[in-house]
Amino acid sequence: MKLFTFKPGGVHPDEMKITKDRPFVQMSVPAVVVVPLSQHIGAPNTPTVKVGDHVKIGQVIGSSTAFVSAPVHATVSGEVVAIEPRPHPLGKNVQAVVIKNDFKDEWFEPPQKRDLDSLTKDDILKIIREKGIVGMGGATFPTAVKLSPPKGKTIETLIANGAECEPYLTTDYRTMLEFTDKVIDGFLVEMKASGAKQGFIAVEDNKSDAAEKLENRLKERGVKNVEVVLVKTKYPQGGEKQLIKAVMGKEVPAGGLPLDVGVVVQNVGTLKAIAEAVLEDKPLIERGTTVSGTAIKNPGNYIIRIGTPITHIIEQTGGLTRKLRKLIFGGPMMGLAQSTVEVPVIKGTSGILFFGEEALEMAPQDESPCIRCSRCVDHCPIGLMPLLIDHAWRRKDMKLAESLNATDCIECGVCSYVCPSKRHLTENIRFAKQAIIKQRKIEAAKQAAFEKLKALREKQEKEAAEKAKSASPSKEKGGKENG
Amino acid sequence: MDDKMIDLVVTSSPHIRDKVKVSSIMWDVVIALLPALVAGLYFFWSLHTLGIVIVSIISAELAEILGAWMFRKPVSLKDFSAVVTGVLFVMVMPPSSPYWLIIVGAFTAIILGKWIFGGIGSNPFNPALVGRAVLMISWPALMTTWKVFPHIIPPHGVSANAVTMATPLNVVKLHGFSQLIAEYGTKAALYKALFLGNVGGSLGETSALLLLIGGLYLILKGIIDWKIPTAYITTVFVLSPIFGRDPLFSILAGGLFLGAFFMATDYSSSPITSKGRLWYGISLGFITVMIRVFGAYPEGVMFSILIVQLFVPFFDKILPHVYGHGKEVKS
Repeated sequence: MKLFTFKPGGVHPDEMKITKDRPFVQMSVPAVVVVPLSQHIGAPNTPTVKVGDHVKIGQVIGSSTAFVSAPVHATVSGEVVAIEPRPHPLGKNVQAVVIKNDFKDEWFEPPQKRDLDSLTKDDILKIIREKGIVGMGGATFPTAVKLSPPKGKTIETLIANGAECEPYLTTDYRTMLEFTDKVIDGFLVEMKASGAKQGFIAVEDNKSDAAEKLENRLKERGVKNVEVVLVKTKYPQGGEKQLIKAVMGKEVPAGGLPLDVGVVVQNVGTLKAIAEAVLEDKPLIERGTTVSGTAIKNPGNYIIRIGTPITHIIEQTGGLTRKLRKLIFGGPMMGLAQSTVEVPVIKGTSGILFFGEEALEMAPQDESPCIRCSRCVDHCPIGLMPLLIDHAWRRKDMKLAESLNATDCIECGVCSYVCPSKRHLTENIRFAKQAIIKQRKIEAAKQAAFEKLKALREKQEKEAAEKAKSASPSKEKGGKENG
Repeated sequence: MDDKMIDLVVTSSPHIRDKVKVSSIMWDVVIALLPALVAGLYFFWSLHTLGIVIVSIISAELAEILGAWMFRKPVSLKDFSAVVTGVLFVMVMPPSSPYWLIIVGAFTAIILGKWIFGGIGSNPFNPALVGRAVLMISWPALMTTWKVFPHIIPPHGVSANAVTMATPLNVVKLHGFSQLIAEYGTKAALYKALFLGNVGGSLGETSALLLLIGGLYLILKGIIDWKIPTAYITTVFVLSPIFGRDPLFSILAGGLFLGAFFMATDYSSSPITSKGRLWYGISLGFITVMIRVFGAYPEGVMFSILIVQLFVPFFDKILPHVYGHGKEVKS
């Protein structure tokens, strides 16, 4: 099998996939789940239940009429005890529906099997939307929206993302290994929904056994237009832009989407969820997640209900081995450090990492001066100049940061990772990026206001001129001479 | 949950960092320099030679403390960058240099070469070469006196009672290449001497072989970019015969290997982009050959590096392709 990869840049940190050989274990359901109403990129949901309501598994508890959104469902049966802001893995407190589990495990609608052949493209998209499917690699973009290209654009190629290039994480690996057929089912569903003609399943070569299994099953099932491709084990191989470059030899235009080159990339976990939603009528109420790190007694891969608080996970996996100093949602390169163990698992939680005191040494915070070694430049997978954007941010020269294409940064963390002076490059570039985007919004708003004002004035002038014209034509002549 | 077991810190991603630190890089450079330095101590052996190596390193460290104090910056001896400067500086000095000259040079390198520009990472020139250039202009006689050491006498060269001798590049400048070959008997013998390092010259510049080994170590460890030395040495090799100079002799003689692998690759005074480094290396080769052929000095490595480093801000404008900004899609 040919080995694909992206160039330039990238790094290969210690893989630390200590949970690689641990099959998924169903985690017990907690007594109380906290289901945030917003678990996707896009418009927030409004609750469709109230405090005191009795809800059943799979019942919609929050939805939105906005196009870019995905509903959330009750993940246990029981009583809604609160709808209030609760800690959310993305940082702020977010409205959440708190459900007290009655442990009856009652389903809102008994699940039914569906046959793919009986479904139309629109049926599939409708189901994917209703079942609350979002990108489960971490980006949480509503899947139905991703599969509905705007007019003039078509999806030609689907890439299943099984790269899982983040250290520690093994969720996708186990999914490909244990739910091989579901991943393929999901892929076929997506092919039908998107009208794509060809498909690739990209797997890093440190997971070649999963790739082989997928390939064998594809062959046995007689699937012709889907090909398994091995990609080199290199971070960030699983970045959407890098994966497209590696597999297709195409670059997504700056500021654009994979759709602009006719591609949609979908995480393998999402494909499993799609298969379950479309073929088994199951909403997104649980997900596979890697629980790992040095501070947790029993690292492993678990299937966890959405809304399960971290405290429950710590208890159920045998507790902590040392004082918990860092809790990361996602992988160590791009994941988010949490400030409380009250946060719940959400749809985009691909991994939960627990670290003790050693976390502070793993990411030293003291910076020393930049020595211009240019490791950040040589390793940037986008071709940016991280050290220069960092300098620009420190001087608050946003024009310079913008001219250095700061907004093209994918925030993969490689520059900070390789920096021998331990400078906070990714962090500062992220700040610069946000500042530039904010400034652009302000400029756009200013421009819009100006246009509005201009139109208004033109209208007024026109009206005044017409008035003057009808009143006395000679006066207008005089006015012209003066002007 | 027991609250004593939980004390969360929140930092921005990434949450892991590479083990490479500034100090580990500097140590690797010292390790890479060691073979050539040890060879230099062997070829130019005397207690004085060992003495100036030690004095140079100590002076550089003391200068570092002085510089930090002068510019009110924290003293950071633990990054070992001053050790590198001290070692590099003494390696480009004549082995018989008096102690005071080494002390003046090492302080000049650190203070004038680095601290007045803002310390580590801010120097526009290689500090060790700034030190050497100042001495070269101030005490030209001392800087061009090459004492005779037993290990480096060519078979048919200097008379038995000579105190000083000329470096190979000097001989070529004054008497021509045929004279130099005559001193060694055959061309092959000359190449061998230049390759191994038993010829006259600065303390650490003579052994092309050991400098090459050190340079390859740094390239394999990812500490320096192969493009700078490769472009530099190749350009000298290709350009020299055009001006009637033996290409192999031109790359083996003088300070080219030391300059190409260790001096021109100084981080803060070399370009930060891959393409920029290629053009930088080519420019270095061009200027070196020009000085050797047309200049008053027999050797051009030091001045070519100092001159071309002035143009680094220009080379830094040769930016890499940015993903998604048109063209360049190969993978």
